[in-house]
Amino acid sequence: MSIESCPIVLTVNGETVIENVEPRTTLVDFLRDSLGLTGTRTGCEHGVCGTCTVRVDGTIVRGCLMLAVQCDGARVETIEGVSDTGEIADLQENFRLRNALQCGFCTPGILLTAQELLSRGGMPDREAIRLHLSGNYCRCTGYQAIIDAVETTARQRTGTNS
Amino acid sequence: MTITPDSPSVLTALDRPNSYIGRSVPRPNLRRLTEGRGSYVSDTVLPRMLHVVFVRSPHAHARIRAIDTLAASKAPGVVAAFVGADLTEVMSPWVGVLTHLKGLKSAPQYPLAMERACWQGEAVCAIVARTRALAEDAAALVDVDYEELPAVADAETALDPQTPVIHPELGDNLTFERRVNAGDPDQGMRDAAEIVEATFVFGRHTGVCNEARAIVADWNAAEQRLTVYQGTQAPHMMQNLFAKHLGIAEQQVRVITKDVGGSFGVKVHAYADEMATVAIAKLLRRPVKFVADRLESFLTDIHARDHRVHGKIGVKKDGTITVFEIDDLTGIGPYSVYPRTSGIEANQVVNLTGSWYRCPNYRALARVVFQNKNVMCQYRAVGHPIATAVTEGLVDLAAARIGMDPVEIRRRNLIPDDGYPATAPSGIKFEKLSQEAALQKIVTMMRYDDLRAEQERLRKQGVYRGIGMTTFVEVTNPSPTFYGIGGARISAQDGVTMRLDGAGTVFCHTGVSEQGQGTEAVIAQVAASAFGVPISSVRVIMGDTDNTPYGGGTWASRAAGIAGEAAWQAGKALRANVLALAATILQAQPQSLDLRDGIVVDAASSRERMGLDEIARIAHFRPDTLPPGFQPELVATRHYVPRAWPFAFTNGVQASYLEVDVDTGFVKLLRHWCVEDCGTIINPLLVDEQVRGGIVQGIGAALYEHCVYDERGQLLNGNMADYLVPMASEMPDMDIGHVVTPTADSELGAKGAGEAGTAGAPGAVMNAINDALRPLGAKTLTEMPFTPGLILRAIGRI
Ligand code: FES
Ligand code: FES
Repeated sequence: MSIESCPIVLTVNGETVIENVEPRTTLVDFLRDSLGLTGTRTGCEHGVCGTCTVRVDGTIVRGCLMLAVQCDGARVETIEGVSDTGEIADLQENFRLRNALQCGFCTPGILLTAQELLSRGGMPDREAIRLHLSGNYCRCTGYQAIIDAVETTARQRTGTNS
Repeated sequence: MTITPDSPSVLTALDRPNSYIGRSVPRPNLRRLTEGRGSYVSDTVLPRMLHVVFVRSPHAHARIRAIDTLAASKAPGVVAAFVGADLTEVMSPWVGVLTHLKGLKSAPQYPLAMERACWQGEAVCAIVARTRALAEDAAALVDVDYEELPAVADAETALDPQTPVIHPELGDNLTFERRVNAGDPDQGMRDAAEIVEATFVFGRHTGVCNEARAIVADWNAAEQRLTVYQGTQAPHMMQNLFAKHLGIAEQQVRVITKDVGGSFGVKVHAYADEMATVAIAKLLRRPVKFVADRLESFLTDIHARDHRVHGKIGVKKDGTITVFEIDDLTGIGPYSVYPRTSGIEANQVVNLTGSWYRCPNYRALARVVFQNKNVMCQYRAVGHPIATAVTEGLVDLAAARIGMDPVEIRRRNLIPDDGYPATAPSGIKFEKLSQEAALQKIVTMMRYDDLRAEQERLRKQGVYRGIGMTTFVEVTNPSPTFYGIGGARISAQDGVTMRLDGAGTVFCHTGVSEQGQGTEAVIAQVAASAFGVPISSVRVIMGDTDNTPYGGGTWASRAAGIAGEAAWQAGKALRANVLALAATILQAQPQSLDLRDGIVVDAASSRERMGLDEIARIAHFRPDTLPPGFQPELVATRHYVPRAWPFAFTNGVQASYLEVDVDTGFVKLLRHWCVEDCGTIINPLLVDEQVRGGIVQGIGAALYEHCVYDERGQLLNGNMADYLVPMASEMPDMDIGHVVTPTADSELGAKGAGEAGTAGAPGAVMNAINDALRPLGAKTLTEMPFTPGLILRAIGRI
């Protein structure tokens, strides 16, 4: 079933990437297998667990539900990219201090999802944080530490007292 | 942010200056993981690496008449195709039995099914190709001619004479049976004012590790050596198994375990498809990778629970429990899993049920049967959630029957805190538990009386809230009586090697492994404290059989208690070596010196004498300046294995507060509490998060998770859309408290903490639901998971 590859041009973490991909290749497989960006992972490959979360043109998407060819011309950002720009350094540090990750497999997806909520500004309450993260599966933590770390970051960013 | 406050260490021996023990030190490896720069097996790529995918039986039970791989072999990118017989040249079959589980039997299992497939999902053929996608394309072209056979799906009828026997050579479908008759159960029944009984059902569920099982096997023909990258909990155990079944020496096998995306007991067994991957790598003489996809995970990762327990309790009017009786039946699939066996869970149910209460009368029967479903084996808190929910469900029912408060009946029956050591009717031994103190503490933490008043008030407004409680124990720090005694080559001991390098920093090598629970931090904390250096000077090396002391790995909540003690002893030994060296350089007495925060000081005055970096410099680069005949020893190794007790039991109490919507049957979890006693707490933050994660896994079992099979042995919901797992929006906040009773078996005094949450949560949720619905005259709910449908039926709404 050798299907012809299509050329795509996109930016990934600020770099221009020119590649040939099979039409069936998902964005997450493209990032992992073609570009070696293994911080983005698959937990279910059917859109439920959020482990494959990346940003496309500023919006978070499930990398297992999007094809690489759909990203032609797009701006893709992964955990490696947002780590290097320092955009979520405070959130990452709060995850570290609060032990909001155990095995860490879910963490990149959760950080990007939480950042989406945080970047809206304002001080979300715990319910709102839980709801926003309700599509991200974490088997290890039981979620409370994650909610705490996001809440702390929101507080720090908005200057709200606890 | 609710970072748990540091709790003072109770042991003065551990109160070294600048001790990290008892402090919530963040884990050293977390920054790497938050930046997505971890290294999991699924990320691993090696030169010339191939990918294997498996063709799996769609039938629960079928004879394999023929397998045609011709079209698949010719597909683009395909390198090889294998059926069962092809792999028997290089790999021998295995049988999952242990001699100390008397009578346990099973049949030989092969890397790929031979003439028969015995569960839906069993691998029957392997396709190896350049990429995974190409291998999957080709796998679709494999033509397997099956003759479907009758499937044994129902454990209840597995032993009936008219039911087919899955492995005829074994005579029947009974894997294992155990009976206990302790004290005088009949007298216990006669002494009871009330006898309450119930049937508890624990649905099959599974681990759903976020990272699926993954393995890369690389056979280097020139070196005659196999290197396996595997997400496993027990690298040395796997080294032994790969060597044994490939017929090569252990030293020809190296197992490397880097980051593991969750394990929980799923990744501590020999899986046929992983064994096949290793065999194929040997045949093809190049690296081969297998990563299960989520659908394969549901069909082949071990399942757990699936117990049906008839339970009985006798109670006097004053609340005294006079007898416990259980009859446990569990179906474990077609094979007892290798090498730990599938008899352990039922055995634990028998060991643990009622064990922390004073009642001496106990009758138990456990039967483990074969069936044509996926295999079942040890998953987090093996047997504990069952024993706890049965015991505590019965205790609650007895309390309700005699009109006694659930806390009060427990108070009257728990083995008192001054009543240890104690032996339970099943024969298990407790060094020292603190159940009375734990119960008292949780009652205060949760403001039990206020909650009861609130519950009462809300009931009048038609709001149904429930409070449920479980007391429980947790098996930790297992001695060789767990596996070694039964013939499994699973190390009960662990060692830690500490070495001082030229810059004055230390490397700490250990056989236990990191699965996310924080072992790396715990070993670093203990080693730094015992040796006397800042934790930043310690680097922990684990997960490599070529470079760590031979050890057991991470399971049964053993890493902190066993390897932690080894690190403590190794740190002390290396400190003695370094102080002997320092004394020589400084012309002082070694016992007048100490190493604190990386500096040799006068022990009495704390006056700084010399930095460790300087000592290391002299030892490594200028030993010529040392007196003749003095040889500095810069490496120390110590081992530890629990000896005085078969297990160090952690104990505790959990409570759940929830609300049931009587119109929809939905359960809203409002709050959850746990007080546990894992002895010395090395890192309170990590202990609390282990407990929280464990509680949520237990809640999953109570409310959502269920591998639903039909009568033909077909799994109906094997994907993440249909199999429900706990997500953030449904989970409550959890308050964790501690009682600290160190084990006297080690200097460190640490017991395990990894499974307490999962042990107690399902029973607490069950009891809370029944407590909520009691005023509605609901039928007692004892069948997990408690779905909205079951709840609505119990209250007669549907
Ligand atoms: S892998 Fe994409 S949502 Fe699970
Ligand atoms: S930390 Fe392991 S899945 Fe979230």
